[in-house]
Amino acid sequence: MLSEFLQFLFSGVTLGATYALVALGFAIIFNASHVINFAQGEFVMIGGMATVALLGAGAPMPLAMLAAILLAATAGLLLEKFAVEPARGASVVTLIIITIGASIALRGVAQLVWGKQFHALPSFSGDVPLQVLGATLLPQSLWVLGVSAAVVVALFGFFNRTLLGKAILAASYNRDAAQLVGINVKFVLFLSFGLSGALGAVAGILVAPITFTHFEIGIMLGLKGFAAAILGGLGNGLGAVVGGLIVGIAEAMGAGYISSEYKDAIAFVLILLVLFVRPSGLFGRRGTERV
Amino acid sequence: MRFLLRPKTGGLAILAAVIALLPLVLDNAFHFEIAITIGFNAIVCVGLNLLIGYAGQISLGHAAFVGLGAYGAGVLTASHGWDPLAAVGAASIGTGLLAFVVARPILRLQGHYLAMATLGLGIIIAIVLNIEDQITGGPDGMLVPPFSAFGWEPSDERQWYWLVGGFLWISVWLALNLIGSPVGRALRAVHGSEVAAEVVGVDTTHYKVLIFTVSAVLASLVGSLSAFYGMFITPNIASFFNSIEFVVMVVLGGMASTFGAVVGAAILTLLPQALTVLEDYEHLIFGLILMGVMIFMPRGLLPTLAGLRWRRRR
Repeated sequence: MLSEFLQFLFSGVTLGATYALVALGFAIIFNASHVINFAQGEFVMIGGMATVALLGAGAPMPLAMLAAILLAATAGLLLEKFAVEPARGASVVTLIIITIGASIALRGVAQLVWGKQFHALPSFSGDVPLQVLGATLLPQSLWVLGVSAAVVVALFGFFNRTLLGKAILAASYNRDAAQLVGINVKFVLFLSFGLSGALGAVAGILVAPITFTHFEIGIMLGLKGFAAAILGGLGNGLGAVVGGLIVGIAEAMGAGYISSEYKDAIAFVLILLVLFVRPSGLFGRRGTERV
Repeated sequence: MRFLLRPKTGGLAILAAVIALLPLVLDNAFHFEIAITIGFNAIVCVGLNLLIGYAGQISLGHAAFVGLGAYGAGVLTASHGWDPLAAVGAASIGTGLLAFVVARPILRLQGHYLAMATLGLGIIIAIVLNIEDQITGGPDGMLVPPFSAFGWEPSDERQWYWLVGGFLWISVWLALNLIGSPVGRALRAVHGSEVAAEVVGVDTTHYKVLIFTVSAVLASLVGSLSAFYGMFITPNIASFFNSIEFVVMVVLGGMASTFGAVVGAAILTLLPQALTVLEDYEHLIFGLILMGVMIFMPRGLLPTLAGLRWRRRR
């Protein structure tokens, strides 16, 4: 009983940590630009795929990972510079379609460069499972949890302790006021997309040894990350992390106790139920519309 | 006057002429098939445009309603021996009821939260169609018997063309009438400012629910007919990607322009056909075109081309 529950919990928290990183990526871009970036899942895909490709080309693992993260960050920066920036002031739907166009294009490039096959990334430290109260825990799960936690702490420090981080926060609260006190709002926007790309890539690399990677892997991961971000309340960093964990655990529990076939539907059933009760997510600011 | 590009009658006459004259240049069954697909997509977009362009509510899950229409009609005729016309009716009533029931809690949400909820609803329906394989045949799809209405059976592509063309013209006519009616004015008020509309006494929820249901029923009708036309359906018809495609058609053609929705559907149905020659580069180029059009013509093709200028205040 307990071992079964623990088993589901382990896989849920592992999944949830990945969703949390993706959701944070959504939150950072949303805060800076009020854009929902539907290409967020593609950053995840680039992280995993580029690492696999560079490893295959003979690069050592840490170098391959670093390069993959930089590549995804560059993709984010390019997206901001050449697609989001020129379309400033366009309606929400238009911006959504632009990022969807970007996600299709990025998948198209990935499919050209890396092919349509599934790729496996070796685990960071072996595949010998640990035994915890009768449940098995993969070493890679510990990597996912540890690195995600470190990233969240680092981000928290960045946004609360550094001048640049505070500038980004200020710009997200009030763009014009931030501009007035001398913050380069354009640069903040640019940087947010790069940061988001890097975050997505980290998630993609961490999860690749567990789920394999594929040029279309970003679609579902991106959508569930979006669900997690909305669940916590859009633009709320802590909400994104909690939302990610809730979605991950609910998915694992649902798959274990209810139906493994409906695994992918659980995140969306959950988000619908939450939104019906709390229309701005769990920790979202109650929106007031100015007339 | 941004909501109508030309006088209503003029537009309807042009549409009728295009539908009537198009067969002169379509010279094989494949061409007719593409024209019919355009027609199907255009009808869904005319309905969706009422929701997105006029009521200002996004839906990222409309393909699910097409899927429900297709599977409703398919299952009732193939497994239960219903008359096709009765099956189409039952499927659209069922889909309409579902849309009506979920519309109230969903349309209470705003902006990105609404996008998420409709996206989630669409994905859940697509997953159900995939998993419940005893009823739907699962990912392998199911066969659908031929269509017949009052003893008439469309026998070739040409007859299907007239059926779909007529259906498209009627749905455009209905949409234009709806937009011109008090309902349309209320919708535009909702789009402009929901709070302001409520203050002057518009029951905004009522109108949003109404339009959501109307657009879902149109989508369902298209799903049913296209199931009979193709005689084979897979859960792919309800996929997230298809939902996105409908939204793109509406926005590409020009939001709040009924004829724009038709043009958008035509372009986005033809574009992948044209791009197949690029083979591996197809998706890359498609994505880039999508981004380019939206960046340089954020209001869509038709309104931009028509040179209508109105600045959106933020």
